[in-house]
Amino acid sequence: MVLPIVDFGAVAPELALTVFACLLLFAGVFLKENGRAVNPWLALAGVLVASAYAACPAEPHVSFSGMYAADRFTQFFKLMFLLGTGLTILISAKYSDDERINHGEYYALLLFATVGMMIMAAGSDMIVIFLGLELLSISLYALAGYTRMRAESNEAALKYFLLGGFAAGFLLYGMALIYGSTGHTGLFGIAKAVSHGSPNYTLLTIGSILLLVGLGFKVAAVPFHQWTPDVYQGSPVPVTAFMSAGPKAAVLAVMIRVFEQSVAFMNVDWTAWITVLAVMTMTVGNIAALVQTDAKRMLAFSSISHAGYAMVGLAAANKGGISAVLLYMLVYTFMNIGAFGILALVARKGEQRTRMADFTGFAYTNPGLAVVMTILVFSLAGIPPMAGFIAKFYIFMSAVEAGQYFLVFAAVVNSAIGIYYYLRFTVYMYMKDPAEQLPPLKASVGLLLALVISLYGVLRLGVAPGPYLEMAAKALLSF
Amino acid sequence: MPVPLNHYLILSGLLFAIGVVGVITRRNALIVYMSIELMLNAVNLTFIAFSRHLGDMGGHMFTFMVMAVAAAEAAVGLAIVISLFRTRQTVDVDDVNLLKG
Repeated sequence: MVLPIVDFGAVAPELALTVFACLLLFAGVFLKENGRAVNPWLALAGVLVASAYAACPAEPHVSFSGMYAADRFTQFFKLMFLLGTGLTILISAKYSDDERINHGEYYALLLFATVGMMIMAAGSDMIVIFLGLELLSISLYALAGYTRMRAESNEAALKYFLLGGFAAGFLLYGMALIYGSTGHTGLFGIAKAVSHGSPNYTLLTIGSILLLVGLGFKVAAVPFHQWTPDVYQGSPVPVTAFMSAGPKAAVLAVMIRVFEQSVAFMNVDWTAWITVLAVMTMTVGNIAALVQTDAKRMLAFSSISHAGYAMVGLAAANKGGISAVLLYMLVYTFMNIGAFGILALVARKGEQRTRMADFTGFAYTNPGLAVVMTILVFSLAGIPPMAGFIAKFYIFMSAVEAGQYFLVFAAVVNSAIGIYYYLRFTVYMYMKDPAEQLPPLKASVGLLLALVISLYGVLRLGVAPGPYLEMAAKALLSF
Repeated sequence: MPVPLNHYLILSGLLFAIGVVGVITRRNALIVYMSIELMLNAVNLTFIAFSRHLGDMGGHMFTFMVMAVAAAEAAVGLAIVISLFRTRQTVDVDDVNLLKG
């Protein structure tokens, strides 16, 4: 028997996370109630080990018979996912204690979901992309319903599960038709068949549309976004934070790979579809966010609109646009998870207080945290010198370079609308006196650490984004 | 006489459409999930038909992966339905409406 040569280097971070996830599952069997405090730190250790592996620069190559890419693009996304997971674990530590969900399984699911995202970003074959997507989705269904005594959480899990499965059906049917018309499941094979062969264009076009619908569901692009507000509102706060950053970036990575690499040779203008999706996503997300009273639901709509901004870079379809998308998702990871961390604190036990009005007088009771929250929402709104502004600036620039003036116009108008509802946080925090007397809030060590990292990211990328921008640009060189 | 490719494609297209209609019109969470499974099986049939037509094993491989994933999804999905039934005593998707904007 001949053992195949396995390229462990290409999957080292994934393997490290899997090992730690299994350790967490085992630890859950042996740890007593009071030993569970070690869970988040064990998960965090896994993330750090995986980051060390992911940060090691490897010669860009495609391994596993052309199914798995180990290039700079993958590396960038892997590090970004690990950052998001690390921040989520930090804000989960106190929360999971309060809600009595401090089980090894919770953190194991987070790590498995991260492995799924990594596989998606690295997959250069439709089979691998599908497997990564499902590993991510199944972990997220379970996480959304993790506080299983809360009816809202159950409801979120059911809705996510049914609509996620529905979307997976479309995605797969699209993949089947693309396979039928080109005879390949690998993206390189498809690209070759499209440019040199004579694929069946009817099948290929229908297949690509179905694929775009399936991916649109997962990234919550309008009109496939209906599940998003409900799922984000019902899930536990740290899980919502996790879902809003990493998984979206993973789907965008797949979109970039599929549409830039293989379907780019098609005779249909797919950038037009993405443009339409981007404009609808930004507009509907922002307008719906205006009227929300629940902070979690408002941040859900805001995350829809942010996916829309990122898709503007995708629609620009030039090098600058794609690297701007990478930078945008990195900045979004920093600022959004931090904001959700503060929301988890304000919501208190049992998540009873997630309304915007619950931030009333926050600046008087917790001045320090209020300043942090202000910086984070300013960044989300895209006000300089915060990183949110820089990220938007590069996205819009790339669209201008591509001559998509209408798209830029729509994006700028939407940013202006966005400022209105983000500033409502500051109005509640600073301009209203606290209405009722509640026990004081105290941030945990994990939350403080997460906020320091978020703040560093938001300010560092806002003031001097140079090295990160270079990293994002380099990520595209190995394409 | 072998069955031509088109017949398989039409059949799988019909199955997929029945699944989509089922997801949209049925109200019981379990029946909705069965309709999703029907969509996935329609996809499997498409893959196998193309695989046979092209003489390529890629489609077969894909089908096995889809089946394995569908089984994993069923495990998680049914667990979600059970935990919903525990808190709400219903699996009707119209009654599951706590979250609204």
